[in-house]
Amino acid sequence: MIEVRNVWKRYDDKTVLEKVSLNVERNEFITIVGASGCGKTTFLRMLLGEVEPCEGSIFVEGEPLIPEPHADRGVVFQRYSVFPHLTVLENVLLGLDLANARWLGRTFGRRRTQNVERAREMLKRVSLERTAGNYPSELSGGMQQRLALAQTLVKAPRILLLDEPFGALDPGYRTDMHELLLDLFGELDLTVFMITHDIAEGFSLGSRLLVFDKPRVDPHNPDLYGATITFDLPVGHHRRLDSIVDTMNVKPGQE
Amino acid sequence: MRLINRRPGGLGILASAAIPFALALILYVIASSIRLAENPDDKLLPDLSTIGAAIERVAFEPDRRTGDYIFWTDTGASLQRLVTGVFLAALVGLAVGVPNGLVPWFGAFWSPAIRALSMIPPLAVLPILFIVFGVGELAKVMLILLGTAPFLMRDIEQRVRELPREQLIKAQTLDATSWQVALRVVLPQVLPRLIDGVRLSLGSAWLFLIAAEAIASTDGLGYRIFLVRRYLAMDVILPYVAWITFLAFLFDFGLRRLNRRCFPWYGA
Ligand SMILES: Nc1ncnc2c1ncn2[C@@H]1O[C@H](COP(=O)(O)OP(=O)(O)O)[C@@H](O)[C@H]1O
Ligand SMILES: [Mg+2]
Repeated sequence: MIEVRNVWKRYDDKTVLEKVSLNVERNEFITIVGASGCGKTTFLRMLLGEVEPCEGSIFVEGEPLIPEPHADRGVVFQRYSVFPHLTVLENVLLGLDLANARWLGRTFGRRRTQNVERAREMLKRVSLERTAGNYPSELSGGMQQRLALAQTLVKAPRILLLDEPFGALDPGYRTDMHELLLDLFGELDLTVFMITHDIAEGFSLGSRLLVFDKPRVDPHNPDLYGATITFDLPVGHHRRLDSIVDTMNVKPGQE
Repeated sequence: MRLINRRPGGLGILASAAIPFALALILYVIASSIRLAENPDDKLLPDLSTIGAAIERVAFEPDRRTGDYIFWTDTGASLQRLVTGVFLAALVGLAVGVPNGLVPWFGAFWSPAIRALSMIPPLAVLPILFIVFGVGELAKVMLILLGTAPFLMRDIEQRVRELPREQLIKAQTLDATSWQVALRVVLPQVLPRLIDGVRLSLGSAWLFLIAAEAIASTDGLGYRIFLVRRYLAMDVILPYVAWITFLAFLFDFGLRRLNRRCFPWYGA
């Protein structure tokens, strides 16, 4: 479904990514790990269409990737993913209203009632129906991320891009979020890319784990070479944390 | 308890805020009585009863020549100019600042010109304004507009640029057009910042208003102060200055309340 062909990214003299190639099938759940600053976010932003590769190209279902953010690719960032000036309900409603009202950006009357209905269902799905009237600043970090998920998924994107979405949450809460994410993944027709700095999360959550690293390092000029995908492992769906520990003991490459 | 951990309570806050004002008043009364004791005709520091009589005369008795209550007509004329000028400046600030910050091509085109415009000292072009727009209301409003709009345009542009990129990306993944991003994401978040910007520029707006009125006008608070200066009428000047200060405070207070009322999410 998604094909990344020999993609490079340089900023001035700094090579961030080199020779990245990847084929992803529909409904894969890809987790991405790698050292901080090695270019994971850059890769995700390329899939998003926000950053253009210097070389190589990306195809989605055989077509070249639309070079700007688009509704077929939803995204949740670590922070700033929800709109602080909109209530919880309005945050979810926004995507629906934008599609129906090109110039006003908001709907009225029956249309609005329908959209509110759909938004409320989505909120119920992420257990936020009781805070529908609150502003995001009144929510905890985890609730804000659930809202960000709801806001994105109500548009039914085919590709979901997650950049360390649970990085700022405490571990107990993260497990709940994993459950929710996997449930949603099971229900919806999604292909997921998720960056995480939590290796356990990388192993347990996805169906396929990508490790970004620099295969070559010039000690005198660390910016000379970029990172690429050094490991590409199929991993199982593990819904329980205890099984993660076992997976952790498996050496990369051994599967 | 350490000094840095002691905080004034409700009454304490009120009292400590009032004390400097009370002190200033007491000092004034003392200084005034000393001067008046030396020379009963002294006009520099009139005593409170003289000031009271002057207020009575300008605010509560019709003017002998025109029949107006000049204090209130002055206030009305000045406020009308000030509010019109600042309101237009806010509109221009939004209409230019938002596209400037959001649309790269727009910004590339206008930003340098606006930066140059904001370097022009508005008072230096006041004569030009009088020549072009005549000495009527328009020139005064234009001076306030010219004096405050460049700051607001640049301030809003900056606020738009400060919005997290993530938000703009997110909106696009919700299929927002550029117009929708401006209307639903940028504009509502910039409005409270605009009001803060207006609060900041009100000081210079008053400056330009009074300058314009002092130079060419037939009414207005600034006009009156500069008119009665010829007779050393401190008994009129002082209450006028106090009144202008109070109005300025009221505007600031009102705008702050408006921000909190209309944008409860702001600053949270
Ligand atoms: N716009 C940019 N200009 C210059 N360098 C950039 C830019 N964006 C990212 N980088 C560099 O690319 C590298 C990878 O960044 P990033 O993709 O955010 O890493 P990660 O998400 O893996 O921590 C970093 O060293 C960063 O400095
Ligand atoms: Mg990152």
